[in-house]
Amino acid sequence: MYRYDQYDHRIVEERVAQFRDQVNRRLSGELTEDEFRILRLQNGLYMQIHAYMLRIAVPYGLLSSSQVRMFAHIARKYDRGYGHFSTRQNIQFNWVKLPDVPDILDELASVEMHANQTSGNCIRNITCDEYAGVAQDELVDPRPYAEILRQWSTFHPEFAFLPRKFKFAITGATQDRAAIEVHDIGLAVVKNPLGEVGFRVLVGGGLGRTPVIGTEISAFVPWQDVISYVESIVRVYNQYGRRDNLYKARIKILVKALGIEEFRRQVEAEWEFTRGGPCTITVEELNRVAAFFEAPAYEVLPEIDAAVAALQSNNKGFANWMQRNVKPHKVPGYASVVLSLKKTGVAPGDATAEQMDAVAILADRFSFGEVRITHMQNIVLADVRQSDLAALWQAAKQLGLATPNIGLLTDIICCPGGDFCALANARSIPLAKAIAECFEDIDFLHDIGEIDLNISGCVNACAHHHIGHIGILGVDKDGEEWYQVSIGGAQGNDSSIGKVIGRSFSFGQVPQVLARLLQVYVEARFDDERFIDTVRRIGYEPFKDYVYASPVEDDKELAGVDYELLKAGVPYDMPYYSPRF
Amino acid sequence: MIIKNKAVVKDDWSVLRLAESDSPQTVEVAAGRVIVPLSVWLAQRDSLKNHAEIGVWLHSCEDPEALREDLACFAVIGVAFPKFADGRGYSIAHYVRERLGYKGELRAIGDVLRDQLFYMQRTGFDAFAVRADKDIHDALKGLSDFSEVYQASIDQPLPLFRRVQRGGVGT
Repeated sequence: MYRYDQYDHRIVEERVAQFRDQVNRRLSGELTEDEFRILRLQNGLYMQIHAYMLRIAVPYGLLSSSQVRMFAHIARKYDRGYGHFSTRQNIQFNWVKLPDVPDILDELASVEMHANQTSGNCIRNITCDEYAGVAQDELVDPRPYAEILRQWSTFHPEFAFLPRKFKFAITGATQDRAAIEVHDIGLAVVKNPLGEVGFRVLVGGGLGRTPVIGTEISAFVPWQDVISYVESIVRVYNQYGRRDNLYKARIKILVKALGIEEFRRQVEAEWEFTRGGPCTITVEELNRVAAFFEAPAYEVLPEIDAAVAALQSNNKGFANWMQRNVKPHKVPGYASVVLSLKKTGVAPGDATAEQMDAVAILADRFSFGEVRITHMQNIVLADVRQSDLAALWQAAKQLGLATPNIGLLTDIICCPGGDFCALANARSIPLAKAIAECFEDIDFLHDIGEIDLNISGCVNACAHHHIGHIGILGVDKDGEEWYQVSIGGAQGNDSSIGKVIGRSFSFGQVPQVLARLLQVYVEARFDDERFIDTVRRIGYEPFKDYVYASPVEDDKELAGVDYELLKAGVPYDMPYYSPRF
Repeated sequence: MIIKNKAVVKDDWSVLRLAESDSPQTVEVAAGRVIVPLSVWLAQRDSLKNHAEIGVWLHSCEDPEALREDLACFAVIGVAFPKFADGRGYSIAHYVRERLGYKGELRAIGDVLRDQLFYMQRTGFDAFAVRADKDIHDALKGLSDFSEVYQASIDQPLPLFRRVQRGGVGT
């Protein structure tokens, strides 16, 4: 993976010093909260319901084992013993104290990490295919480009105060696993008929209040020109994106307002002046960065490991895990393994300090010391020998990280919701927990098959509910939490925005609603047809009709489900300088 | 006082801001060093050209292309930051320097604060009218928050990878 040179180190160290000074000026009262808020957000520091939350960048989802150990250390020393992996492949700590944050950043800098631009109206952490470099369907490894764009976007002087946040995603594979169609800019590395590498560029995708699938602005931008091209897009957006209405400020609204042809014309008029200029990426720079992502020293191994096959046929638990949590690898004899952070009873995406330390050990032992975070909020060990799978499975089971549910109903994507987030209308984590408990039976889950269930606590859509096969959105009605259910959303190559089935439900009704949706599916499906394919074939009306055909029981007891980690926490004293004091 | 060329210096320019009742055509522009709004410049160009020295300033929503033909007339071009989180001024400054080729004083006015000065300087500003309630000497420190940058802009036309030997695998 990429390693910092003296320049990367210097920039991050100077950033820590700058932020330390900003924090000191806030504590002394020199900066008002209004002035400080925007500065701290650029450093990923939010004020949530209970405490400050620090979001640390995991550039394109890739971590070394020493970085994972640092997370465990931070969880223990500065937080309450756990962290939360987010849908942007980042990690969040929920209970940090403002005066500690500069020290946390110092510690992060020692392992080449930071929290830069993980919030605020700037270019955010660039997300990436979690199987980059190992996927069988990959044309070009996107990670060198993601790193080059990370550096370009870091403290870009023109783009620190955009109309709204700005998110990039990048993939180099034929199957899009980075949800590039729902990003402000989506990049797909492609080859043209001459075999030259470039980017298909999508613009104006996004979720939130107005979900939009991105539109192609260019079918092929040569790789050398990608910085100048995306810079032109962001420059046009910076000048003309709306700043009068928070909900109309994303680039998708500008692209819709101008139309893609006019938007493209403006971008290309701008690009004319910069194309071929100093921003052009050099072969030397690409080669320098790409060398960090060279394949590790794989062994020559047989395609199929006989012992694995044998264990698979006589151990159902292992077979389930192999089927759901083990993914193919481009090198014979290797596989990628997903460690599930979706065990029933645990908040989706949460990992304890002990689990993180253990994952670091597993990465060193089984996967060249590297770890990836997925936008589905799980952990991947990408380069595991098949002959190690049984040992890894045993170890992961001990850690509670081997739930064989990847891609299944209980692999729920879930935002922090009303338990933590000041923006949320409703709780997400307890609902995910209640749902997981209702549908825990592994045979049932495997029978239902692949289904994406996404739960967002508000319209900001951190859990991407619009592109869940089933999406649940927390809404506020007269101060009470309600949940709107949609079906038919999808991510990937055939992205679609889900359609709301009707009026919203109480917390205690939601599991029953899901059961009804699944019942329609089970009765209507052909063979191995996935839920989403059935929805697309028969339409959403049969689902809607059945769900609303008779009153849905409201299980009031369910609504009492709590988030234990929250309850168990020691009191957090709100300091005088916080906006909630 | 303003910050100019990285030092706190006296400033004898005044910035003309239109009151609601003022119209760009009729507002009176005092003699001496005045930075007038673009609308006033466009409305009174012929008479303003007779001033010994004149400046013009842009709202963050205005197109700097409007200045192209008159660049030589201005001793100062100002760009307003109505609030510091309005980032249009950075792209305006970039445009004025890069696309119009303006070499004179480019001044940030309005909600100009220490923690934005580094970015402002990078995009071509060389003068900063720091918000009056802030300590301008303290704000000066903001210009040196970083000693190195990754990307090209006005102050540094080459990206880092074209300027230095970056570290590679094993170095």
